[in-house]
Amino acid sequence: MPLFLDDDQETLADTVRPFMASEAPVSHLRTLRDADDPAGFSRDLWRQFGEMGFTGVLVDEADGGLGLGHVEAGIVLEEIGRNLTPSPFIGTAVGAVEALRGVDAALKQAWLPGIVAGETVAALALDEGAKHRPRHVALKAERQGNGFRLSGAKQFVAFGHEADLLIVSARTSGDLADEDGVTLFAVPCSQPGITVNAERLADSSFAARVDLDGVELDGSAVIGEIDGGRALLNRVLSAVRAGASSEMVGVAEGASAMTLDYLKQRKQFGRVIGSYQALQHRAAHLYSEMEVARAATLKAQQSLDAGSADADRDASVAKAMAGITSSLAVREAVQMHGGIGMTDEYDIGFFMKRQRVLAEMFGDADFHADLLARMEGY
Amino acid sequence: MADALEGFRREARDWLEENCPAEMRTPMRSEKGICWGGRKFTFASDAQKQWLDVMAQRGWTVPDWPREYGGGGLSPAEAKVLKQEMAALGCRVPLQSFGISMLGPALLEYGTEAQKLEHLPKIARGEIRWCQGYSEPNAGSDLASLATSAEDMGDHFLVNGQKVWTSYADQADWIFCLVRTDTSQKQSGISFLLFDMESEGVSTKPIKLISGASPFCETFFDDVKVPKDQLLGEVNQGWTVAKYLLGHEREMISGMGGRAQGPSLSEHALAKIGRDEQRRLDDPVLRARIALYEVRAHAFAAMSERFIDRLKAGKIHPAQPSMMKYYGTELNKDRHELLMAAGGGDALEWDSEASGGGKAARAWLRTKANSIEGGTSEIQLNIIAKRILELPEG
Repeated sequence: MPLFLDDDQETLADTVRPFMASEAPVSHLRTLRDADDPAGFSRDLWRQFGEMGFTGVLVDEADGGLGLGHVEAGIVLEEIGRNLTPSPFIGTAVGAVEALRGVDAALKQAWLPGIVAGETVAALALDEGAKHRPRHVALKAERQGNGFRLSGAKQFVAFGHEADLLIVSARTSGDLADEDGVTLFAVPCSQPGITVNAERLADSSFAARVDLDGVELDGSAVIGEIDGGRALLNRVLSAVRAGASSEMVGVAEGASAMTLDYLKQRKQFGRVIGSYQALQHRAAHLYSEMEVARAATLKAQQSLDAGSADADRDASVAKAMAGITSSLAVREAVQMHGGIGMTDEYDIGFFMKRQRVLAEMFGDADFHADLLARMEGY
Repeated sequence: MADALEGFRREARDWLEENCPAEMRTPMRSEKGICWGGRKFTFASDAQKQWLDVMAQRGWTVPDWPREYGGGGLSPAEAKVLKQEMAALGCRVPLQSFGISMLGPALLEYGTEAQKLEHLPKIARGEIRWCQGYSEPNAGSDLASLATSAEDMGDHFLVNGQKVWTSYADQADWIFCLVRTDTSQKQSGISFLLFDMESEGVSTKPIKLISGASPFCETFFDDVKVPKDQLLGEVNQGWTVAKYLLGHEREMISGMGGRAQGPSLSEHALAKIGRDEQRRLDDPVLRARIALYEVRAHAFAAMSERFIDRLKAGKIHPAQPSMMKYYGTELNKDRHELLMAAGGGDALEWDSEASGGGKAARAWLRTKANSIEGGTSEIQLNIIAKRILELPEG
């Protein structure tokens, strides 16, 4: 398969691009932020995502979705990134769907129709500390009759305060960092014993700290195998890492497009500043990094869609590379804008804030470089 | 169509298994294993010659060139499959040359039918080795200021002047050379000539580099007569041909970066430094630097794949090779800095047997030219800024 979008994928991109630019441009984020909107995203927009088919992009056609792949999910996420559109897309349409799409019919029937319709919001509850360490799972799930009783805490749960469903990694046996003994649960947020504290983040999105205090679930809430959830967890993580990479590629594209415009307009010393070689070389270097990050991201998504043995590695490479590159893009953007780039009135600062959140989510570049080194045996 | 491609894959694999000598399926130990071909080339082994001969016979030294010019006539998808199958079996590249990677594509684009029939099959079979006469002592980054003259003498051109940084000029049979045919104009006063290095008046002198090796020469032309039909393209349109060809040169140089052959950086570092109690490389800062390098190397491998795929589909910006050249060469320099750091004192030895005659250090020094030859990194950034990002002239 050639490493570029095929005709159908280009057609999808041609649909998503104008939709996101007209329905949810950066001003949409600003409006929500200025209104101190308690959800942090628009439910109306989420339903529109459903109508357009976006939320069901990864859901099989038999289950009402588009039956497409991670490449297509990445196309939607790139536009979300470019427009800084606030939405629970990654956690719901990529993470939760990836977790649920291979499991038994009852669990799919319970959750997928709502996701496809743009009604249901799902959130990934995987992190337990300030840094992403998915190997470490302390939250306990103890057997109780036919079911389980969950106790523990999760954090950095994106849009957890608006979620109907939490995908929770829990320890059903073994010690903190054991490979085995991890189980994934589909936890309805309506269950008693769940406390959700929403925290507004630097980019005006919300992430929650979630406490589970003896939350009782029956056996049907188990996703996949009991004690053998590690492989599924890794698959979900690779999917959302690739997805976040696409969103970061979009953020970098959006920021650098604004910056290139600015370089072509702003005059100092009687010349447009984009004619100075000091800035041209930095812009050209950034462009090169962005091309490489885009290639690595598409590679990861194609690997995921092909079920390649290298998919986890490719996802880590993409997340690290897109993280490094988008960080450079937003830092250069603010610097090249000069003073105006520091003002709240101007949009470029939003890109810097969003990038920082995405870079941290599901593991930063350092985490993934370390993971790559482990995969390659050093 | 996918079935046909899978059929081709099986056919290619069977043929390679049958025809590739065992010795040609082992990794090359040094640059000496490269088959360059040409009148002066000495084969390292019978297997090397046999491998070249069977591949040339099949047209697979240049799989995507048309059959009538010695190529394999493969589609881009088939050529990619062949490359994958060769990699899977560990087959060496049977022939590597500037004729294949640089002149050939320009001949296919700009050559007359007679020129194509004369030169392309000899390139494909490894009979004639080419060198490139571009840079001059006063024309480096500003290549279009070149001064080597070609005077129109009616039935031939009379060439006088000097080239520098001519790769392997002392081992080449023919040269493709930029010459000035009009002094009143800069770019549009340049023509593109092809001639035999054994012509009267051609001489070469190797240049010794910081690595101790001499892959480049100074090349002198003193009243060299070149027949008129050895002009590629029109008179004074040589710059167009040169730019087309430079794109291919940049692709080739950029392809050297990324994931090079031989033991990986991490395996090399582990062998020299060892592991800590958690089985990680026992040098945490170097380990982190290697890991961050490997992120880029993997990402650039994807970039190279994407670049080739898009190039073959005609979806590439004409200045994109500049980005590949810039990134690939800078990455390769980083790799060799890390190899030197991993090798420590061992890697500094210049002559010893243990160091293979200073292999690591010499290779490290050689990479410093990557971002100078074929247009410096700074020139590539200029090209990207102006032609892709459309930033204004200063």
